[in-house]
Amino acid sequence: MTSISVLKQREKQIYQKGNQPFEMECETKSLAGAVSQRACVFCGSRVVLYPIADALHLIHGPIGCASYTWDIRGAQSSGPELHRMSFSTDLSETDIIYGGEKKLKKALLELIDKYSPKAAFIYCTCIVGIIGDDVDAICRQVEEETGIPVIAVHSEGFKGTKKDGYKAACDALFSLIERNKSPRVTLPDSINIMGEFNIGGETWIIKKYYEAMGVKVVSVITGDGRVDEVMQAGNAALNVVQCSGSVSHLAKQMEEEYGIPFIRVSYFGIEDTSDALYQVAVFFDKNPEILKKTQDLIKEKVQAIIPRLETMKKDLEGKKAAIYVGGAFKAFSLIKALKTLGMEVVLAGSQTGTQEDYKVLRQMCNEGTVILDDSNPLELAKYSVEKDADLFIGGVKERPIAYKMGIGFCDHNHERKIPLVGFEGMVNFAKEVHGTVTSPVWDLVPRRQNLTGKEGAI
Amino acid sequence: MSLRKHKNTPSYTATQNACKMCTPLGATLVFQGIEGCVPLLHGSQGCSTYMRRYLISHFKEPVDIASSNFTEETAVFGGGANLKLAIENVASQYAPAMIGIATTCLSETIGDDVQLILNSMDNTIKGTALVHVSTPSYTGTHVDGFHGAVAAVVDRFNPVGKRIVYRPKKKKKINLFPGMLSNEDLRHLKDIFEDFNTPVTILPDYSERLEGPSWQEYQAIQKGGTPISAIEKMNVAVHSMEFGAVLALAAENGQETAGDILNKRFGIPCTRLPIPIGVKATDRFLDILSRISGRPVPERYRKEKWRLVDAYVDGNKYVSKKRALIYGEEDFVVSMAGFLAEVGIIPVLCASGGKSKTFKKALEQTLPETLIDQVIIQNDMDFTCMEETAAAMPEDQRPEIIIGNSKGYAMARRLKIPMVRVGFPIHDRVGGARILHVGYKGAQQLFDNIVNTILTAKQTESKIGYSYM
Repeated sequence: MTSISVLKQREKQIYQKGNQPFEMECETKSLAGAVSQRACVFCGSRVVLYPIADALHLIHGPIGCASYTWDIRGAQSSGPELHRMSFSTDLSETDIIYGGEKKLKKALLELIDKYSPKAAFIYCTCIVGIIGDDVDAICRQVEEETGIPVIAVHSEGFKGTKKDGYKAACDALFSLIERNKSPRVTLPDSINIMGEFNIGGETWIIKKYYEAMGVKVVSVITGDGRVDEVMQAGNAALNVVQCSGSVSHLAKQMEEEYGIPFIRVSYFGIEDTSDALYQVAVFFDKNPEILKKTQDLIKEKVQAIIPRLETMKKDLEGKKAAIYVGGAFKAFSLIKALKTLGMEVVLAGSQTGTQEDYKVLRQMCNEGTVILDDSNPLELAKYSVEKDADLFIGGVKERPIAYKMGIGFCDHNHERKIPLVGFEGMVNFAKEVHGTVTSPVWDLVPRRQNLTGKEGAI
Repeated sequence: MSLRKHKNTPSYTATQNACKMCTPLGATLVFQGIEGCVPLLHGSQGCSTYMRRYLISHFKEPVDIASSNFTEETAVFGGGANLKLAIENVASQYAPAMIGIATTCLSETIGDDVQLILNSMDNTIKGTALVHVSTPSYTGTHVDGFHGAVAAVVDRFNPVGKRIVYRPKKKKKINLFPGMLSNEDLRHLKDIFEDFNTPVTILPDYSERLEGPSWQEYQAIQKGGTPISAIEKMNVAVHSMEFGAVLALAAENGQETAGDILNKRFGIPCTRLPIPIGVKATDRFLDILSRISGRPVPERYRKEKWRLVDAYVDGNKYVSKKRALIYGEEDFVVSMAGFLAEVGIIPVLCASGGKSKTFKKALEQTLPETLIDQVIIQNDMDFTCMEETAAAMPEDQRPEIIIGNSKGYAMARRLKIPMVRVGFPIHDRVGGARILHVGYKGAQQLFDNIVNTILTAKQTESKIGYSYM
């Protein structure tokens, strides 16, 4: 694989444990022409708000941004499914010249009339920032006319990275919560589940755990989300934040404004799920019943899945995995979950990790593990082949990179339809990994056969 | 301006579940069909990533698209520096033969003059050709980006007066601009030309690159695609063929196509014809090909044709007078409608998200007069309007089968109408790029698929569930 060279400007974002001092450059904008796997500000906002199923999500801009994000996430709803529709103002040349405000207002009024949403989010795309539409003003007018919250999400694609999009979404969510004018009452033993998007029904799995523990869930931000429920979020005693990147800004804001403390957790893997539930139980230690129930729950669940995991572990022991995900927090969990399955991580990277994140990653990984920030297809191919990975964990854009080189693949992005959280999710994860890694198709692919000469000359 | 709304179709300000993609997507697909070419979008990072995702989900192959990665400063001060940096980085990472640069709504609106920037670089970098196409997302659809990119590439490599010395060969070379077809379609077309013993340059040809083998070593740029050397020789062909009934009418109305450029500059005649789907359209294609190549239609195609007609006969009563809703790119819908009409299916709703002025006319020219008043023709239409139009039809006029890409699945599911997947994109099945539409062989597969879908629905609904037809 010497044929793939790495761009000079990107060298500081690639670290191979053991062979150089650790100084990861990160949290920078992507290098032009590097073919980053990142998306944009709009994407960040869209993924956070998307699961709110009874809200109208109107994308203000030309059609592409709406087309490419139509029904592409496995965020399930137990009721309304308005979030699975794709609404766009579909701006045309004349709108660009004369402004899109009138069209936006007309579109909004029509859609609100037709679908009776509980709130409306208006996503500003690149061009809106350039033509200078006063989207906030339109939102105010429409909110007044319709009586539902109408909130602008300032997610112009070029105004930063996906992380800035998370922040814009958090601002929109906070603005929604602020619209609840009833006095806040802190409910005892209550939490908000945050940064959990109900991919494949994951929220429901976690909610059941908390119910069994005797902890009340006030709202979920934003899995299987409802506008009214989100607006109650100020009444929780604790914010339990998963996927720290996406909603930590909101958690901080709620701590500052409402005094609601937050903890960071992950529900991927046995270790992290147990740890998450224990952390919550310990927080509510005034009610010892909760800790007792939590212990029972975890014991019961773990016992139920261990035999199944052990069976699969036999086949996976010693296999090597590459991980490339959006937020580094998920990578931590995956490393632990893979360890449970007897697997070793040889490549770990993220689109949006921080200095702190990468330090943790470095400690968790073995010597020689490649750590990457804001990587691209060529680097991912180069290192996963060099490290001889048997498995790649990523999203749609990483899948063909792995498959082309005869590497198994597990989808751990928002497109997936299978729940991977909690104890049940760990079994699903193990089945996914086991299924792909032990597939007989690898015996046929040229790289695995080490073909040379004519037969393998591709 | 698109068609006036049909009296029975609802009209909304917002687009709801669009039946189209944005302009640059079409251009990036064309660039994937040129050997050694890397597409580069001049705009925000998200545009590239979203389009990559969209294309990967259909082709299930790596699709690298670079971005000039706009920031706030870029948007204020112009994107020239970012574009240059992006070009340099793509060149050093991929060592491509060409970088295809498409604009986005953002770079177009701030008024970046990409051509001027490229001119300042002599339109090359380290031997890599830089080719630009203007694709503002707020004009047209992905189809316009597609045709625009084909024209831009032909324009660039066939400049005025730079005719390669023509040495007449026995074999007459033909240019084919097929439009947006599947990989399998492109492969079948190549086979047809080979069987005619006639060399062809197909532009674009992503059939190898976006459906390649399993690798021994990672390929920065997949093998395959139309070689630039072949594109440079398009001006010595004896003839150009351009598929697309709507495109043909648009060209009559003054839209400059790739075929036009070669015709105006080098006097190469250009024949425009509908995408050859079905017996009649394939007959026409092969007749024209026979005429301009001076070679008879090979025996195997005559066999394929009569086998197909025999299959039409065997299945006629299962499809006759069945009503279909079809959608997709305008040219695709027109040719599909022609095929359905020849087997007896009435395409009661022909819809597209495209915005040409010639969609209706093209369909009127394609469908028999006796059928046309039973057909609602509507472009600039989204899936929500399609669904509402279909649902509002009286029961004896409502579609019984839906034919189109994956994006109509939600509609089909709600309407409880069986669906046949064709066209682009196919995101919910494997093998989308392997669906064959063109030629007798394509019609055979479409016909079997449609008949079997109707039979399956009948069998599933039946209380008895016979195991014979």
